[in-house]
Amino acid sequence: MTCSRRAFLKDAVGGTLASVLPLSAFTFISSAEAKAAIAESKVRWAFLVDTTKCVGCGLCVKACKNENEIPYDAEVTRTWVERYVITKDGKAHIDSPMGGRDGFTSMEIDGEEIEPDNIDKAFFVPKLCNQCDNPACVQVCPVGATYQTNDGVVLVDRDWCIGCGYCIMACPYGVRFFHPVHKVADKCNFCYHRISKGMEPACVECCSFGARRLANLKDPDDPVTKIITTERVAVLKDEYGTKPHVFYLGLDANVR
Amino acid sequence: MKWHVLRPLWVAIGLIGAILIARVFLVPDDFGVHGRNFTYGFHRLSNVQEWKDFPVKYQGREACVECHEENVHMLDASTHATVECENCHGPGVDHPDGVESLPLDTTRDLCLRCHAFLEYPNSARGDLLSIEDRRHRRRSECIKCHNPHDPKEDMR
Repeated sequence: MTCSRRAFLKDAVGGTLASVLPLSAFTFISSAEAKAAIAESKVRWAFLVDTTKCVGCGLCVKACKNENEIPYDAEVTRTWVERYVITKDGKAHIDSPMGGRDGFTSMEIDGEEIEPDNIDKAFFVPKLCNQCDNPACVQVCPVGATYQTNDGVVLVDRDWCIGCGYCIMACPYGVRFFHPVHKVADKCNFCYHRISKGMEPACVECCSFGARRLANLKDPDDPVTKIITTERVAVLKDEYGTKPHVFYLGLDANVR
Repeated sequence: MKWHVLRPLWVAIGLIGAILIARVFLVPDDFGVHGRNFTYGFHRLSNVQEWKDFPVKYQGREACVECHEENVHMLDASTHATVECENCHGPGVDHPDGVESLPLDTTRDLCLRCHAFLEYPNSARGDLLSIEDRRHRRRSECIKCHNPHDPKEDMR
């Protein structure tokens, strides 16, 4: 097959045009439009967990399940409480039966009775979605069903989620689960319907001990923000670079 | 160029066109990049409002005090002041219009959530008044002797 220079150039230009033209159907937004879409929010929700105050009553888990219509007896929950018992041999005994939904009422952990004399320390750690600034779960969503709102909360679009489960695998904190009724990914959203009305999340409202508190990081006068900015707080799994926004007071090195 | 080369090209262009046309009908208008950037903000905008419209179940004691003033004030003055009404009475959604009486939990298990003795050093649990479940009136409900609205009151 012979091909003159003229014919080659003609075909090359034609081919390029043919492949580029359909692209014009996509919308390109200007930088001004992009800026308007970002629209700086005056709110950045964050959370403070005081592990020294938690007594493991599990009323937060119960409230969360009721508030957010998570099937009560299914082994999935948006928030849960873990019990850590560190024995004198340095071993950490950890449990969270039904996510701590019914509280912790016996010394038994996983069928093992631990002698009080053998305990160095014991404490409870509530966990929930960290509403990360770099949420790994959002990055992996192939359909744009999960996203970060302007105020920092990560939401799941139940109409758009295809239930592939990538986000459930991606979350380093194991916060996401498959909703048994809606058949989509589900997660804690700080009770978005409540906080956007000026209410506290259900778990915060139902905590009698002040172990859970909501903060608006962009409000310097917020008492909880003041604690986060002035006291020694820690986050979970900092090394993942997800920039979690649930801060812990009194976090122990045994907590993973 | 020969036709047999061009033909699949037209098919490909036609397919792309068909997909683009179908996309116009299938993708909602508000689907796009909202928020920080494509990575974190690619979504259907109206879903934010859908989540905001999710029904609130726990009303808080401000709602309870409207009718049950006496009980709320009694609770506020007691050592149980920090315990939310709905922790025991159940979420107050649709009460009293739809749900006439709330599913009050009077079980021993509810009280044991906080008041079962766990010998844990350095834990806030140790500071709470607590009982050993096996030793303290095993079969009776706590509320037979203790008033949850004012635990210090002696009801015997």
